[in-house]
Amino acid sequence: MKNKKDLTIYQKSIRKWGWLFLGPIMIAFAIGFLWPFIHGLYLAFCDFRLVSEAKFTGLANFGKALSDEGFLHSFVFSAIFTVVSMILINVLSFAVAYYLAKEIKGTKVFRTVFFMPNLIGGIVLGYLWSMIFDGFLSMFETSVLMDSKFGFWGMIIMVCWQQIGYMMIIYIAGFKTIDESMLEAANIDGANGRQTLFKVMIPNMLPAISICLFLSIANGFKLFDQNLALTAGMPITTAADGTMIKGTEMMALNIYNTFYGQSSFGHGVAQAKAVIFFVIVAAIGIIQLMVTGRRKNENKA
Amino acid sequence: MKTKHRAVITVLTVVSLVYVLPVVAVAINSFKKNTFVKSETFALPDAESFVGVDNFVKGMTFGNYPFAKSVLYSIFITVASTALILLFASMAAWFIVRVNNLISKIFYYLCVFSMVVPFQMIMYTLARTADKLSLNTPFTIPVIYLGVGAGMAVFMFSGFVKAIPIEIEEAASIDGCGPVKTFFKIVIPLMTPTLISVGILEIMWIWNDYLLPMLVLDITKYRTIPIHIQYLKGSYGTVDLGATMALILLSIIPVIIFYVSCQKHIVDGIAAGAVKG
Repeated sequence: MKNKKDLTIYQKSIRKWGWLFLGPIMIAFAIGFLWPFIHGLYLAFCDFRLVSEAKFTGLANFGKALSDEGFLHSFVFSAIFTVVSMILINVLSFAVAYYLAKEIKGTKVFRTVFFMPNLIGGIVLGYLWSMIFDGFLSMFETSVLMDSKFGFWGMIIMVCWQQIGYMMIIYIAGFKTIDESMLEAANIDGANGRQTLFKVMIPNMLPAISICLFLSIANGFKLFDQNLALTAGMPITTAADGTMIKGTEMMALNIYNTFYGQSSFGHGVAQAKAVIFFVIVAAIGIIQLMVTGRRKNENKA
Repeated sequence: MKTKHRAVITVLTVVSLVYVLPVVAVAINSFKKNTFVKSETFALPDAESFVGVDNFVKGMTFGNYPFAKSVLYSIFITVASTALILLFASMAAWFIVRVNNLISKIFYYLCVFSMVVPFQMIMYTLARTADKLSLNTPFTIPVIYLGVGAGMAVFMFSGFVKAIPIEIEEAASIDGCGPVKTFFKIVIPLMTPTLISVGILEIMWIWNDYLLPMLVLDITKYRTIPIHIQYLKGSYGTVDLGATMALILLSIIPVIIFYVSCQKHIVDGIAAGAVKG
């Protein structure tokens, strides 16, 4: 193995073309991500309605964000939603994959059907389901917007419908990696179906399981389009201290409304909320990297 | 064993039927008169409620915006952005893996970092930046998509380039093939399966994306399909549910056609992407 610092003649010849190979995407990356990120991080510490009038105010925005009942409610709502949807999506998609990984008749058709909702966008999905829920709930003279419970379970049903097919694909790929001989050995040793599942299959599927768990956690926390289109945060209730709380508003929607809705907070508070949101989502991502990274190292050893 | 299989197939068949029901319901309701959509959502259209293709005709101009225009913008933005991302991200990934100097290392780690940053963190300042640089039209928004999508695309391509043996390229270079030619004549053909996988992921993302174009574009002039659908309900007052259902059906049909025609690639791409991620 060559030392990385000693580039071959070939590699040196490529290096001269860096401006062409890296240039365009780095400029776009700077415009589309890097500068907005740095600027956004700075503005979270400023008080402003117009960016040109931004005044540095230290941590004041974070104090305001963390004492906003609506924001805290959206955090709790998002957290509960994430846990419930994560459990349901993974249990159901694992079960479906368990049967579809076997070569039974019609597997392809079933896979096609289960995956299809995944390609429908969040906004369209929200309206599609709001028609279904309201068509059903109107028989009881109510609507998905009338009660937070309806909104919560409505969104759960919707994201399950959307994401089960996606996770199913990953679980099926996981089932396919299990060595046939291992299953045969378990069979010869007299393991029953349940024992094979829990003692042989699940331990061998931990990579797929961890990917799906983290994916569904991230999807749950970051949910926006579906939330906006199905409930838009409705219904509104008034807290003891008179603040308005949107019952089914998740974190991303709360941040959006603080920026662009009729919010009494300035844009600085909205940006501070966005930073808090970023820290939570990034923490989930880093934990994921640590978990999956450790497993890769174990495999190498 | 056989009877057990039969039971599983029966259960799966029932579940599948329930699964397609929401889409079927949209199709049914798109042929019903507005007032019947809410009151008889799950009934088939009858003589009284059936309106033929009226909803589709009405839907074309519904919401004070021509639906056809939003379709064209959606197609253009999706195709142009995906093409830009595939071209420049694959070029960058190849350079990063082959040269591996300080700049490419820094850029690679920034790409990985950008994958854990939620869009809400950058949306306000991104919309402002796009405005300042006049990148706020459907014809320039692909540059924004290239920037926002760069992280994941570069990450996925890098993983693949690492698996390409350098010897093939070195042989070509000894034969007098320059780096640019080597990349386009030798590396790109080897990367075709990955280009398809990443391309499909980008298409699915950009076609369905609502918030980014909503914030970046001037929506009185330019709307994509998701923006158009959202603004049907946003413009309160008379929401014609029949026409809305017709438009929802029209926006789902291309997705289903796309899915059926490249199903294998989509499924492979997701399985591959997830294992890497």
